[in-house]
Amino acid sequence: MCLIFEGRNCRKRALTREEREARRDMADYSVSMIPVRDCRIRVMRAGSGSPLLFLHGGGGAGTWLPFMARLAETFDVIVPEHPGFGESETPPWLDTVSDLANFYLDFLKQLDLDGVHLVGQSLGGWIAAELAVRNTSRLASLTLASAAGIHVKDIPQVDTFLSSDEQRIRDLFHDQKLADAVLARALRPEVEDVALRNRMTTAKLVWQPRSHDPHLQKWLHRIDVPTLLIWGEHDRLFPKDYAFAYQRLIPGSKVVIIPDCGHLPEVEKADVFAAELESFIGAMRIAA
Amino acid sequence: MKMFNFHLMPYRHADLDAIEKNGSAWVTFSNRHYDPKKGAELYHDYLDQMEFADQLGFDGVCLNEHHQTAYGMMPIPGVLAGALARSVKRAKLAVLGRALPLLNNPLMIAEEYAILDNLTRGRVIAGFVRGIGAEYHAMGINPAYSQERYAEAHDLIVRAWTEPGPFPYVGKHYQFKYVNPWPRPYQTPHPPIWIPSQGSGSTIRWAARMRYTYCQTLSPIAAVARFFQMYRDEAEKAGYQASPDQLAWSNTIYVAETDEKAVREARPHLEALMNYFLKMPTEMLLPPGYTDAASMKRVRAAKVTGKPQSIEDVIKNGVVIVGSPNTVREKLAEYQDLAGFNTSLTKTQFGTMPNDMTRANMTAIAEEILPHFRDRLPRSVRREAAE
Repeated sequence: MCLIFEGRNCRKRALTREEREARRDMADYSVSMIPVRDCRIRVMRAGSGSPLLFLHGGGGAGTWLPFMARLAETFDVIVPEHPGFGESETPPWLDTVSDLANFYLDFLKQLDLDGVHLVGQSLGGWIAAELAVRNTSRLASLTLASAAGIHVKDIPQVDTFLSSDEQRIRDLFHDQKLADAVLARALRPEVEDVALRNRMTTAKLVWQPRSHDPHLQKWLHRIDVPTLLIWGEHDRLFPKDYAFAYQRLIPGSKVVIIPDCGHLPEVEKADVFAAELESFIGAMRIAA
Repeated sequence: MKMFNFHLMPYRHADLDAIEKNGSAWVTFSNRHYDPKKGAELYHDYLDQMEFADQLGFDGVCLNEHHQTAYGMMPIPGVLAGALARSVKRAKLAVLGRALPLLNNPLMIAEEYAILDNLTRGRVIAGFVRGIGAEYHAMGINPAYSQERYAEAHDLIVRAWTEPGPFPYVGKHYQFKYVNPWPRPYQTPHPPIWIPSQGSGSTIRWAARMRYTYCQTLSPIAAVARFFQMYRDEAEKAGYQASPDQLAWSNTIYVAETDEKAVREARPHLEALMNYFLKMPTEMLLPPGYTDAASMKRVRAAKVTGKPQSIEDVIKNGVVIVGSPNTVREKLAEYQDLAGFNTSLTKTQFGTMPNDMTRANMTAIAEEILPHFRDRLPRSVRREAAE
């Protein structure tokens, strides 16, 4: 994979169609370490257009994925790695998801991003929701994908902290062939350090109350930007009931359930996921 | 050497096949397997055994704390310590220990130990532990804060015992406008603090610096010797020489007329302990953040959980001592000299062992072993004394 390292002030221009396709094939994206106050984080970025900030889940930011490449044809896709994950630093103040929500408000301000399409998956969805109840002034839209953050009663959910390494990965996918492929990559010793670090930070953020903040649901009504709730039909971590619960709490929000899909729609159904996002944002623009 | 009778109070009627099927006797092993009629009998048997230990001349009796498991029925050890505080007349009463980070109000531990210390007129030993990883699943406490909460709770409890109240306490995890527990502890400045651990380097270093007695849990004697040497080295770095009284080895002893008989009798009960009651998946034992990444990787690589162990394995590695009186005396003396401890925390009941066998074992230990060790010190100490 070709990596282009560039500073965050690098000037961007719109790409021609040929350039876009070449980019997609080469999967070129920039990687930089960006300091936000006292914490340096790794940020992957590609494309141009309106900014689309993707907040990753508990598994970490990992690498540039096909859905990011596709969205980079239309958007300026920005994928930070959260403090405490992967190659980003662990600041002493990192305790809760609220800390990360405030951190990303600082991040938006520092990068002077406006009209941002904020997309958060799982843990990242929780961070995005916490951010949006605080301040939507820099947001154009919000997308929560298989998001944590609230609790829905009487919905069975797998306990990822008691699952074996293999079962944990299997539970993420509906299509077990995809799980097989991911397992082959995920259980290599060279990725163990990052995996352990990501799990430790995730545990710190979500252990108790498990994967939610009982106070968040009180304030979700404050979210005043168009909101898309996108879930895999067979999500075992946060089943699709969570999408409808979020819908009841966020005024005017729209639910999309992707069939034959588990907890990671952006991976398991990358094209459907990207297409839904494009169509949601496109429709929103027409409405505006 | 001092010898304490250490009880885990297992639910010894647990269906071992059901534990096997569940993969563990902890957290997810349904409490529908607990029969209160049988459980009540066990509590009384076990408390009677503790009183018997006192009568037999054991130097102390030990309880501990584990949650949501058939491995031990003492989630609130203070209740049982309270039951023993008046009936154990002479021996020390040690709770090894209370798991500090599991409480959202650790002042209650300061209060509980202080009551026990008053009840026993100063015979209480206050154990402080973090609790094993499984407790963090069971009790909904974030393992990532285990070490921070432990350190904070420890400081709060010791201050509550030693500084005149009321005073305010404001920490990251605990805040109190008034710290002013009644009663104050009976002992001055407070009950002895003992620190049981599986051998964490940072715990050993801290215990040595604080001059707290360090208790090594179930481990091969070679590892025990290494950990105890680490403690002595850390004490030296802190500017003093550690006494063997600061080192306690937690073990299991079973005595019968001959080695063969002892092994034959102890086998099913010891193997039930090792292979059923103790068994848990790595994810349960080590939730993320409970220990640092390096230790986590070490344990995962060693795959410590899951290997079935025979009684021969644990005898050979010096995790337990099983045999005739002569064998047990020889081994215990050898291990004391090797590791340099002066307290033996001995499980006389283990796994599925029934009451009559346990009492016979306790009697044999009291008659055949205790008298030979009453005044025995580790060899290194004897040598120094002679010089």
